[in-house]
Amino acid sequence: MTSTLTISHLTKSYDGVQVLTDVTLDVAAGQRVALLGHNGAGKSTLMKIILGLIPASGGTVTVCGGRPGSAQARAQVAYLPENAAFHPALTGQEQLAYYLRLRGRPATEALPLLSRVGLADAAQRRISTYSKGMRQRVGLAQALIGHPRLLVLDEPTSGLDPVSRRDFYDLLDGLAAEGAAILLSSHALTEVEARTDRLLILSGGKLVAQGALADLRREAALPVALHVTPHNGYVSDIIAALPGAIRVGEALHLTCTQDEKLAVLSRIAALQGKVADLDVTPPSLEDIYSHYSRRDGQ
Amino acid sequence: MNARILATAASEFRISRRNRWVAIAVALMVVFSLVLAAAGSAPTGALGADRLSVTVASLTSLSVYLVPLVALLMSFDAIAGEIERGTLPLVLTYPAARWEILAGKLVAHLGVLILALVAGYGAAALMAFATDPDAASGLPALWRLTWSSALLGATFLGIGYAVSALARRPSGAAGLAVAVWLGLVVLYDLGLLAAVVADDGGSFTTDIFPVALLVNPADAFRLFNLSAAEATAAAAGIGGAAGAIPVWQSLLSVVLWPLLALALASLAFRRVEP
Repeated sequence: MTSTLTISHLTKSYDGVQVLTDVTLDVAAGQRVALLGHNGAGKSTLMKIILGLIPASGGTVTVCGGRPGSAQARAQVAYLPENAAFHPALTGQEQLAYYLRLRGRPATEALPLLSRVGLADAAQRRISTYSKGMRQRVGLAQALIGHPRLLVLDEPTSGLDPVSRRDFYDLLDGLAAEGAAILLSSHALTEVEARTDRLLILSGGKLVAQGALADLRREAALPVALHVTPHNGYVSDIIAALPGAIRVGEALHLTCTQDEKLAVLSRIAALQGKVADLDVTPPSLEDIYSHYSRRDGQ
Repeated sequence: MNARILATAASEFRISRRNRWVAIAVALMVVFSLVLAAAGSAPTGALGADRLSVTVASLTSLSVYLVPLVALLMSFDAIAGEIERGTLPLVLTYPAARWEILAGKLVAHLGVLILALVAGYGAAALMAFATDPDAASGLPALWRLTWSSALLGATFLGIGYAVSALARRPSGAAGLAVAVWLGLVVLYDLGLLAAVVADDGGSFTTDIFPVALLVNPADAFRLFNLSAAEATAAAAGIGGAAGAIPVWQSLLSVVLWPLLALALASLAFRRVEP
């Protein structure tokens, strides 16, 4: 598969402060990639470099076969900024018509695009009357103009209600299926988990992890939590059988590594009759995320 | 003109209309022009010039102040405002070069200004025609005033864009714009006047003073219109110097300044990192 976005050994510093250090990644056509990181981890800076808004200090970036910000790249890249803002004096339709004309497309496509993001009814109203979620959807509509090959979306679902979020990811799935590469940043880990192909974790300007969630989970080797509820009177029997178990009220807590998991489960299964219930909790995306972003001394 | 410049111009013009800039600029020019046309009617007979030429001389003095002011008011927000609203990064990722965006804004703002000029000068001219049947002989002067006013406006629009890009914040840009207006339009002349008085006909008055008038876009505009007009005598103040400087020199300054100001604006805009 050809890469739509290729970044190798990218560095960026502002006034001697290193913001991005040796970042290497690529996004292929049809891939949905999530960029995770704390505030100030360098996500927005990375996106602005990809878009050609600010120059890199070192390394190479290739966007759709061209230099970031070149006419060739800009013709094929769409951007949704964090907290998308528009001129308050224009209506949604007028604002979108302007963006369409900048991309050399007829202004008549504005209404269908607004309908696609559920704003057809508000199209004739000035953007100053829009809610944050509606402005975000105008931002999304402009990012859909003319089948972009790469979409760079900075916190695209912030301000959207749960239903709009699902619609948004459905839209992304459609775009990816048509071959668009998608790079999006988000703080909403659970939705990213379900709706993207690959995760990139930035921490302190370094790319500390990248891969599919299952790979990251395996690599992190975080403990699995088990929650055992004994039948009345069997608590001490179970503590004896499961060294390391901690009593919390009437229940028992236990953690083990991924590799030990099956062995521990079979030991619990052997206590049949004494155990009323068992819950197994794998490490959450939050745990995995904290694991990687903390590794570099954060 | 390419489609991206036109798209930007159309959008900016709509914004100017919504923000009442079109109405404000037109009203300002019409009211002041009519007041001047009415006030300037008294000395007509004694000068032997037609009514319209006298009106044009008065309008020249008005436009030296008003056109730069309106141009700066319309332009100081052009880039700083987009930075503050957060709309600049997105538009810069579109396939439009920065100069194209700037050119689009210029076309729209200059359009508003020309509309105001035509309305204001037109109203004053109608008044002249209503009272003097010979007013037609002043038409060439009126035409000259109109296009040179547009060029003066373009100059100060360019300066306003440059100020806007350099300041990056609308409040800072507004302050700078006022300073530019005061400096170039008001204080510059006062300074020159003081220097001429102190010099008392020395080398400053003969060598430096004419050059100093030519390098200031507002003074060059006044000089060009007064020296080209037949009603020079009707004008007070710096008009006296107009006779000493050839018309082509002030014309050159009037034509070159918009290019210089817009190049400056383009350079300043290019340095903005959103």
